[in-house]
Amino acid sequence: MKKINKYFFIITLSFIFFENSFATQPYLFVQQTADEASEALNKRLSREDKMKKLMIIAKKTVDIKGIGFYSLGKHRKGLGEEEKKEYIEIFEQYFLKSFSSRLAEYTDPKIRVDSQKVLNEKYTMVSSVLLATKEKPEIKIDWRVITKNPDKPLIIDVIIEGVSLAKVQREEFNSIIQNKDGDINALLLNLKEFISKD
Amino acid sequence: MRRIIILIIMSFFLSKGVYAGSEGQEELSKKKDAPVKDCFEGINRGIFAFNQGLDAVVFEPLAAGYKMLPSPVRKGTSNALSNISTLITIPNNLLQGDFDIAGKNTLRLLINSTIGILGLFDPASSLGFDDYEREDFGQTFGKWGIGEGCYLVLPVLGPSTLRDTLGIVTANVGGDPWHNLTVRNDTHYFSDFDYYASKVTDGIDFRAKNFDAINNLEKNSMDFYASVKSLYLQDRHRKILNADTTVETQDDSDWEEIENE
Repeated sequence: MKKINKYFFIITLSFIFFENSFATQPYLFVQQTADEASEALNKRLSREDKMKKLMIIAKKTVDIKGIGFYSLGKHRKGLGEEEKKEYIEIFEQYFLKSFSSRLAEYTDPKIRVDSQKVLNEKYTMVSSVLLATKEKPEIKIDWRVITKNPDKPLIIDVIIEGVSLAKVQREEFNSIIQNKDGDINALLLNLKEFISKD
Repeated sequence: MRRIIILIIMSFFLSKGVYAGSEGQEELSKKKDAPVKDCFEGINRGIFAFNQGLDAVVFEPLAAGYKMLPSPVRKGTSNALSNISTLITIPNNLLQGDFDIAGKNTLRLLINSTIGILGLFDPASSLGFDDYEREDFGQTFGKWGIGEGCYLVLPVLGPSTLRDTLGIVTANVGGDPWHNLTVRNDTHYFSDFDYYASKVTDGIDFRAKNFDAINNLEKNSMDFYASVKSLYLQDRHRKILNADTTVETQDDSDWEEIENE
C-alpha cells in the first residue's frame, strides 16, 4: 500500500510539473504578441487591413471584458446584469476600433521584452522597450498580464513610460459620466458615436 | 511683494503633506492615488479649448515645419535646450537631496557647454553621463510631500496643478538660473528674447517629438480634455517618484476589486 501511495505521489508530482512546464510564461506571451502585431504593421497592407489583423490579435490576447469593467470604475457597481451585458458588447466594439486605429499609425515597431515581475498569482508585469529609431527615442512599455489561467495569459493594461492606458481610459469614461450627472447612458451614447464614425 | 502674496495664497490652496525626505518619498509611492480635484473644471475646459485653437493655428504648423528640418539641426536644437534645462535641474537635484546626481549634472553642463559648443552637441552622454532627467520646482515640492492641489490648465503652457504652477512662479522669482541670466538681471550677454525664444522653441520641439502621439490621442479620444489630464497627472507622479519600474508607481487595488466581483 505504501508503495502504491509512493507511485501515486510521484505520478501526481509529475503531472503538476508537466502542467507547469507548459504554462505560458507571460514574458514569452508578450514577446510573441508584440512580434505578431509588429508583423501585421510591417506588411504593406492598407490601413483597413492592418486594423483587421490587429483586431484579431487583440481578441485572442487582451482581456477586453476586464478592461471594460475596469474602465467603468465606481460606476459599474450600480449596473444590473442586462446593463452590464449591453455595456460590454458596446465596449468591445469601441475597444477594438480604438486600439487598432491607434496602432495602425505605426510602421514596423520593434519591441524587445526584457524581464517580468510576478506581482501575485493573478498578475505579472512584463517590462519591454520599443526600440529607438532614427526619429524617435527608445520608449519603455510595461504590460500588465492577468495570469488567472496560466495557460491563457491575457493583457489587461499597457503602461507607456509610466502612464497606464487603462487608467487614462477609465478617467476619460468617468469624466463623461460625471459631466452628465452620473448617467451611464451618456457614455454609451459616446461609445456608439465613436464606433459609427469613419 | 505681489509675488510673495501670490505664493502665500497658492500655498493655502495646496493640500499639505506631512512627510518629508526619504520617508515622505516612501509614503508617497505607497499611498493609493487620491484623485486630483478639478476645482475649476469649467474655466480649465475653456482655456483648454483656447490652447487647442492656439495649437492648431500656431504650434502644430510650426512643429510640422520643424519636423522637416534636417535631423542634425533638430538634434542640435534639442541638445541645446536640454543643456539649458540643466541650469534649473541642478538646484532641484540639490533641494531633493540628490547630491550625486547634482554633481553629475554639473559635470554634464560643463562638458556640453564647452566641448559640446554651447550644448549643441552632447559629448557628456558619450562619457557616461547619459541618464539625464529634467527636474523642476513642482517635482521638488512633490518630493517634499506637498500635494498637487487642484488641477489647472494654464493659457499657452497647458496642463498643470497648483503645486506645479507654484513651481513655475518659484522659477520666475529667482529659482531658475537661466531666467535670472536672461530676464531678471542685465548681464549684457543675454536678453529677455533669449529666454522667451528658448521657451517657445522648447514647446515646438516637444510638439514635434510627440506630433503623431498627440494627434492620434486627440483623434481617438471621446473626451480629449480628460485624457490629457490623466496623462499629465500620471506622468508627473512618475517623475516625482523618479521610479525606474512601473511596479513602484501603479496601484493594484483597483484591479483586485474587479477580480473580487
